[in-house]
Amino acid sequence: MNDNNSLSRRKFIQAGAAVGGGLLLSFYFPAFGKGIKNAGIPAPVNFAPNAFIRIGTDDIITVIVNHSEMGQGAYTSLPMLVADEMDADWSKIRFESAPVDPVYNHLGFGMQATGGSTSTYTEWERFRKAGATGKYMLIAAAAQTWNVDPSSCVAEKGFVIHKSSNRKLSFGQLVEKAATIAAPQDVKLKDPKDFKIIGTPVKRLDTPEKINGTGVFGLDINVPGLLTAVIARPPVFGGKIKSFNAGKAKSIKGVKEVIETSRGIAVVATGFWPAKLGRDALEIVWDDGELGSLDSKSQTSQYAALAGQPGAIAKNEGDTKAVKGKANINLEAVYDMPYLAHAPMEPLNCVADVKADSCEIWVGTQFQTLDLMAASRITGLKPEQIKLHTTLLGGGFGRRAVLDSHFVSEAVEVSKAVQAPVKVVWTREDDIRGGYYRPRAYHKLSAGLDAAGKPLYWQQNIVCQSFAVGTPLEGMMVQNGVDSTAVEGASNIPYHIPNLHVAWNMAPGGVPTLWWRSVGSSHTAFAVEGFVDELARAAGKDPYQYRRMLLEKHPRYLRVLDTVAEKAGWKNALAPGRGKGIAIHESFGSVVAHVAEVSITKNKTLKVHKVVCAIDCGQIVNPDTIKAQMEGCVVFGLTAALYGEITFEKGRVKQGNFHNYKMVRMNEMPVVEVHLLDSQETMGGVGEPGVPPVAPAVMNALFTLTGKRVRNLPLRPDDLKKKI
Amino acid sequence: MINLKVNGKAVEVDVDPSTPILWVVRDSLGLTGTKFGCGAAQCGACMVHLDGEGIRSCISPVSRAIGKEIVTIEGLDPKLSQPLEQAWIQEDVPQCGYCQSGQIMAAAILIRDKADPTDSDIDDAMTGNICRCGTYQRIRTAIHVAAKLKK
Repeated sequence: MNDNNSLSRRKFIQAGAAVGGGLLLSFYFPAFGKGIKNAGIPAPVNFAPNAFIRIGTDDIITVIVNHSEMGQGAYTSLPMLVADEMDADWSKIRFESAPVDPVYNHLGFGMQATGGSTSTYTEWERFRKAGATGKYMLIAAAAQTWNVDPSSCVAEKGFVIHKSSNRKLSFGQLVEKAATIAAPQDVKLKDPKDFKIIGTPVKRLDTPEKINGTGVFGLDINVPGLLTAVIARPPVFGGKIKSFNAGKAKSIKGVKEVIETSRGIAVVATGFWPAKLGRDALEIVWDDGELGSLDSKSQTSQYAALAGQPGAIAKNEGDTKAVKGKANINLEAVYDMPYLAHAPMEPLNCVADVKADSCEIWVGTQFQTLDLMAASRITGLKPEQIKLHTTLLGGGFGRRAVLDSHFVSEAVEVSKAVQAPVKVVWTREDDIRGGYYRPRAYHKLSAGLDAAGKPLYWQQNIVCQSFAVGTPLEGMMVQNGVDSTAVEGASNIPYHIPNLHVAWNMAPGGVPTLWWRSVGSSHTAFAVEGFVDELARAAGKDPYQYRRMLLEKHPRYLRVLDTVAEKAGWKNALAPGRGKGIAIHESFGSVVAHVAEVSITKNKTLKVHKVVCAIDCGQIVNPDTIKAQMEGCVVFGLTAALYGEITFEKGRVKQGNFHNYKMVRMNEMPVVEVHLLDSQETMGGVGEPGVPPVAPAVMNALFTLTGKRVRNLPLRPDDLKKKI
Repeated sequence: MINLKVNGKAVEVDVDPSTPILWVVRDSLGLTGTKFGCGAAQCGACMVHLDGEGIRSCISPVSRAIGKEIVTIEGLDPKLSQPLEQAWIQEDVPQCGYCQSGQIMAAAILIRDKADPTDSDIDDAMTGNICRCGTYQRIRTAIHVAAKLKK
């Protein structure tokens, strides 16, 4: 496992001078500034010019990465930024996960966190500056050694070279002297034309450990004396324990203790299997509470009623009411999308070891700071007494970024109670039924077209829960009574619509909801891109050309749209029985368009043959990573479109495992072809923006085969029958 | 006590015979390369080889392995693991990586049994393995590459 917390046991040379300014160059100290215990011992092993880099005498450069690796490639793309500015030898680059320390805070979020497709673009300057600073100090060290002017030296592939005298020293050879050099106040960054690593398809650094069984995910942590706990949580959200009998559970061999916690009853055992058998043997009487009668069908009526209310205004331009009577054609539609579980392949888990004066946590998390603070509250320990190790994450998609730290708190609570290290493991059913879903979203839309077929007005009323209201995020995410994550992708619709009204009605809470890969855009894009397609058909126009016409003032969108249309051969006729659909959406600072090609199989299922994708994400760091993310986004979006739904009956989630919360599999994988635009636009993200246009592109394609519009997800068998 | 042969070594474990092989290799033997994904033979993350046959270790009781040999990702024959690893690296297959042990164990059987697997062979062999990150396209390419490398 790559982990930085062992640093305190090693000896370091620290760089000589403190540095001010915006760049974070507090020299590497173990977490929370405990200081250097062995400062007096002169045993140089490494040179750490700043918190993000450690250079060894063996030439190995370790980049300490403060963003969690959950598949998006942070452990490769961020080291690329450092290595390029250092002119390092890429084969000498290693990565480590950062410990928790304010020095590693996300520059936008003000805490250590990974999310919002932000890892690369928020670190674009900081990591490059860290690398450039290291290079400056290594060059200065070489210049001192040779007694020459630093400006006569250059760095190249891990060496500092003095060309006129044909001398060179490797970075490793310069480590000792570099540690005595004062760090510069500011450093000059490269002109992008001089990038050697950035922009190239460098292979991921984390692949070898992920294919031979050695990579360590949270679930793989083992420490001496470790116990495993499986927890019985209320079957209805908000439910409480009335009474329980642990007799049968305790009689199972290997079960050590049964403990009531704030989130359920934990069965603690010597391993997962006895813990699970014990959990299943608990006899619990639950008080279901208010949500005991929650039912997805009646929720539909509730949401429909709410959609008839005016709601909080997210966007209002022109006067939709005044022009309604003037339209040539009026359209109305309702788009309804269900709750969705993230279902990362690695079920949630956390290891905690709470002692009288310390707490150690190992977890695959996206929210290190909040998790550590939660452990502090539960244990009564000071933050500096708590160490949190970030493991590899077996998928995140937002599920491991929770504001209440519940999956960490559980382990801390149980460990504290049993006074032993404990791993809390969620089963797949615990995960699927455990909440924190993408909110159900109900969109009521109406629009009118003028004589030329252009939209005269567009009215959209969105109903969904908020996971921001009532949390510390409310101040940031909720403005004028509108949760921005509920309306993003609709309130900023790019199409030219003179009279636009977008409103939001908050649905009642209770079911825990959360950001799910692409957040609000995961539902707004389906409604907007489906309804725009409806407008195009009503106007008798080609859906690509119709979008073009309404995007005249958005050159960035046009380039992406034209690229995808050209690459997909939009103009060309398809084989009989095939249909194609197009969709475009901007999210997380990037614009993505897909063209999907589909058919209906003999078995009456939808087959997606191919998805052609175009993305403009601004500066490209690793083109292959971007392609991989787009491929993954297509699968994620398609899975939701074809299968994804969490539904309730008598307050209970009906789905439980992959047989009824189905995933797209190998045999359903379309060919995905990704085109990256060479772009001068502001840098955006790539982990999420490929998801939103998938479902609308696919369903718009299906429409061409059936003549029927799919407005509710996931797809139903009836949706594949032709309109009669 | 149950006597087993795992990755070529004789081992003794003190578990109930109904315990799934998955939890014996992970919890009793510390071989954590084999993953828990669903506990219901739905996702393939737990695939191990039992006397050369790919099985879902999450639902297979350890009693089933008595007198047979279990091979996990850690003990995969280099004749299979080397071409697969090389191909997986070349195609940059993994994202989060959690399902990849199972993917490789399933692919190992395919390239062991078929010198030139077709796309349809790949669909048949790999459809039992879920990848939530959606690396299927690269897995497909990597299997074709690995099959060639193995020759």
